[in-house]
Formats: sequence, structure tokens, C-alpha cells
Amino acid sequence: MLLEVEHINVYYGAIHAIKDVSFSVNEGEIVTLIGANGAGKSTTLDTIAGLLRSKTGDIRFNGQSVAHMPAHKVVAEGLALVPEGRRVFAQMTVEENLEMGAFTQAASTVEPNLKRVYEQFPRLEERKNQTAGTLSGGEQQMLAMGRALMSQPKLLMLDEPSMGLAPILVEQIFDIIRQLHEAGTTILLVEQNAQMALSVADRAYVLETGRVTLSGTGSELARSDEVRKAYLGG
Amino acid sequence: MEFLSYLISGISLGSVYAIIALGYTMVYGIAKMLNFAHGDVIMVGGYMSFVAMSALHLPGWVSVLAGMAVCTVLGIVIEALAYRPLRSAPSLAVLITAIGVSYLLQNSAQLIWGANPISYPPVVSGTLHLFGGQLSISYVSLVTVAACILIMLALTAFTSKTKMGKAMRACSEDKGAAQLMGINVNRTISLTFAIGSALAAVAGVLLCSSYPTLMPTTGSMPGIKAFTAAVFGGIGSIPGAFLGGLLLGIIESMAKAYLSTQLSNSIVFAVLIIVLLVRPAGLMGKYVPEKV
Ligand SMILES: Nc1ncnc2c1ncn2[C@@H]1O[C@H](COP(=O)(O)OP(=O)(O)OP(=O)(O)O)[C@@H](O)[C@H]1O
Ligand SMILES: [Mg+2]
Repeated sequence: MLLEVEHINVYYGAIHAIKDVSFSVNEGEIVTLIGANGAGKSTTLDTIAGLLRSKTGDIRFNGQSVAHMPAHKVVAEGLALVPEGRRVFAQMTVEENLEMGAFTQAASTVEPNLKRVYEQFPRLEERKNQTAGTLSGGEQQMLAMGRALMSQPKLLMLDEPSMGLAPILVEQIFDIIRQLHEAGTTILLVEQNAQMALSVADRAYVLETGRVTLSGTGSELARSDEVRKAYLGG
Repeated sequence: MEFLSYLISGISLGSVYAIIALGYTMVYGIAKMLNFAHGDVIMVGGYMSFVAMSALHLPGWVSVLAGMAVCTVLGIVIEALAYRPLRSAPSLAVLITAIGVSYLLQNSAQLIWGANPISYPPVVSGTLHLFGGQLSISYVSLVTVAACILIMLALTAFTSKTKMGKAMRACSEDKGAAQLMGINVNRTISLTFAIGSALAAVAGVLLCSSYPTLMPTTGSMPGIKAFTAAVFGGIGSIPGAFLGGLLLGIIESMAKAYLSTQLSNSIVFAVLIIVLLVRPAGLMGKYVPEKV
């Protein structure tokens, strides 16, 4: 197992946001966490990335505990998070953003990885000297994903990559997710767009107010009545 | 000729303000806090170089390096002990702590060196006479202006070309996202304090060489003026601090020469108020600071 999340409990002050959540991701899989607003999806990913801390349990990546590792060290282990809302460095250029993604990597890897990201996202190469703040929402999402890929992650975590994008761009982002998966990247995907997420996922977990309430393969959940009622509009 | 001489002394004074303001602005940009103890680091730099020259009999340039080394360490220690524990505290708590650190440094200096001004041996001496003696420029002024331009160019290159410099900009935009890139935010903030404090030491030596007295409160007024300059230019902006410092020095020098020596400080601050009314973000600022 590449990632094992075991019995984590996360609090914001008195708010108990994640309640005894456990799940796992195997090498080569796409696993998705779906759930309504405020279910705790972002909190879960931020905790895995080291930005938040769980009071209990453990998070193991490649067999090693990362539960107490500071966020800046987690990346170097091969775990990259594309955060909700993209959070590109708006005043830095596209290429500088990508370079920051490679912060933990040896200098010699930057050029080949830049080349690979530009092949994946030709739009970014056209705009490489533009500041990231001037990009469109879709381009910023591509930049945030490209930036994460610069660290050559073993596990790529995506927090609502389709948020706020036009349908055609959502298609494009999901195509890229499929391509990354085919190229061997393991992906943990958080989405409100349950339909799209379940269509690409090998396995899925449903989060409700901080708890895992359902799990199964992507197609099982897509067919389940509960999921259809709650997340797929009937 | 008289005007030219006032202009040159204004540029020289402004260069000192600019060097201090660069430290203020870099720290603000990344830590989002006003380090009111920054001015007192100037004073520590002055005393340290004084000790190096007069007690240890080291040459001037070595004394500058000694002052920079001590202030670098001091800046790192202040940040780690006083500010880091308050990283997520309300900005008012941080501000009060900074004022506390400022008094701590002043009182410590008073304890060690006494409250009386001492006379500072200039690191650079001599005067350049031009136009048959009609215009005199001290070498300190020339060195000050040159140092300021050099520092400004070096900082610009550092923040735009180097990996750590870019990491610093990333941290100042979004610390969470910077951490996700693998950037150690605490270490980056520490580095910023180190650079700012080393610059303060340089400013201290240059200031004391131009106005050769030194006492525990020597850094206060230049510190406040440099803070004004940083706000004037747009706090958080490196070229803004440079421009703000220079303009402030020139305005102060002209006000002293043509209006009133007593009122020169009031005039400087009045200009600041007017600029901020017209351009709240300062001359080159992109946004209005939320935390003051
Ligand atoms: N910084 C915070 N302080 C206090 N409570 C928070 C904070 N961030 C999130 N919460 C609360 O924790 C719970 C989980 O939030 P989280 O952002 O993880 O949900 P989410 O599933 O990602 O939702 P969305 O789909 O809207 O992004 C919510 O009840 C939210 O109000
Ligand atoms: Mg979320």
C-alpha cells in the first residue's frame, strides 16, 4: 500500500472536522474522496500533506509514518498536493512557479521536468514569462498541477481540480488525470463533481460530516442508490 | 552650487534611509510584521564596529564585517526568540513585542556603553573638492550612495535569480503553498531577518561615519524615517524602499536648507501623509497592508 490513513481525528479549535477516518491508496490507483461542502475533504488532504495535524492514529506513506513530518519535508518524500483554489504564486511568472515546484529536487532534474510539464501543458510554455495572476482559471489549474508534477511525486493529491471551470475545461483536466494515471502516477482525487470523479476512479470513499460512510469501487458507488441520491442528482 | 550640495547630502542621507528601509520592507513582505526593533539593530551595528575599531584596532572594513556578523546573528536570534512563537498571534501582540525588543536593545546598549554620546571614528574620511573648491563632497557620502546602489542591485538579483530569493517571494505570497513546494518557511524568514540585520549594520556604520556621534538611541529616528520611507515607497516593495528612502533624504535635506531645521522632520512626515492620502499603497506598492 502506498498510502495508509489510519484513524485520524482532526480539530479546528473546538470543531471536530475529521472523525476517525481511515482509508488507503494502492500504488497505481486513482482513489477519490467525494462528499458535500464541509464534509472534510480538504481537511483530510491538508492533514496528509502535513499542513494540519491529526490528534490520533497514523498516516503512513511507503511504509514510513509522515504523521508528524512538517509539510515541507512531506513533499520530498514524494507526496504532492495541488491545493483547493490552486494557490499559484500570482506575482511570480509561470516558469518561476514551476521552479518552486521543483524546490526539493536536484538542480539537474529541473530542465527535463520543465520540458515534460510543457509537453503536457503546451499552454503553460506559451505563457511561461507571464505572471501567474494574469492566467485564466483553467490555466491556473494547469499551472498548479504542473507545479506539483515538478517534484516528481509518487502520489499526487488533487483538491477539487474542476472547481469553477467551464465543462470543456473540466473534460480537459480529467483527460490529463487519466493520462497521468496511465503514465504510472498514483492519484488521490477530491471532488464535488462526483460523476466525473467516479468515472475515472478505481476506488472511492464517501465522506459525510467528517466520517467515511461508504466505500467501494468507482463503478459500484456510481450505481449505489445512496450515492446517486445524494451526489449524482438522482 | 549650494543647491547641488544640499541635493548631494540629501541623496547620501536618503541612501542610508534606503538601506534601512530595504530591511524593513523585506521583513514586512515575508513576515507581515513591522519590526520596530530594526532601527536599534543599526545602533548595535554602530557600537560593534566602534568596538572593533577602537578597542580591537581592526581596520575599518573589517570592523564593518564584524558589525554585520554580529547583527546577522542578532537578527536571527530576535526572530527565533521573540517573533517566531507569535507566528499565529494577533498582529498587535507582535507589534508590542517588537517595541519591547527595541527598548531591550536600547537599554542593553546603555548598560554596556552608557547613555552619553561617544564620538565615532569615521570608517571613511576626507573630502572631494570640485569646481575649484566651490563644491565639496565627503568621501563618506560617495561611499554611502555607492553602497546603497550596490545593495539594491544585489537584492534585486538575489530575489529574481536565485532559488532562495524566489523561495522568499513565494513565502511572502502564500506560506501554505510555499510549504507545499517543500520550502522551509521558518528558515526563509530567518534568512530574511539575517539579510535585513546585516544591512542595518552597514547603515549604522555609514550613518555614524557621516554624523559621528553614537549613543543608545542613535537608531530610533533613522529607524522611524526608514520605516516612513518604506511605507512611502510601498511597503513590501524593494524598488519602493529604494525610491522612498532617496526621496525622503532629499526632502529632508531641502527642507532643512530652505525652510526650517526645526520643522524638517514635520515636513518629512507631512509629505508622507499627503502621499498616502493620494496613493494609499505608496509609490510602488501593489496593495494596502492589512496588518500594521
Ligand atoms: N480554518 C478553519 N477553521 C475552522 N473550521 C474550519 C476551518 N476549515 C474548515 N473548517 C470546518 O471543517 C469542516 C470541514 O471543512 P473542509 O474544508 O475540509 O470541507 P470540504 O469537504 O473540503 O468542503 P468543500 O467542498 O466546501 O471544499 C467544515 O465544517 C468547515 O467549516
Ligand atoms: Mg474543500
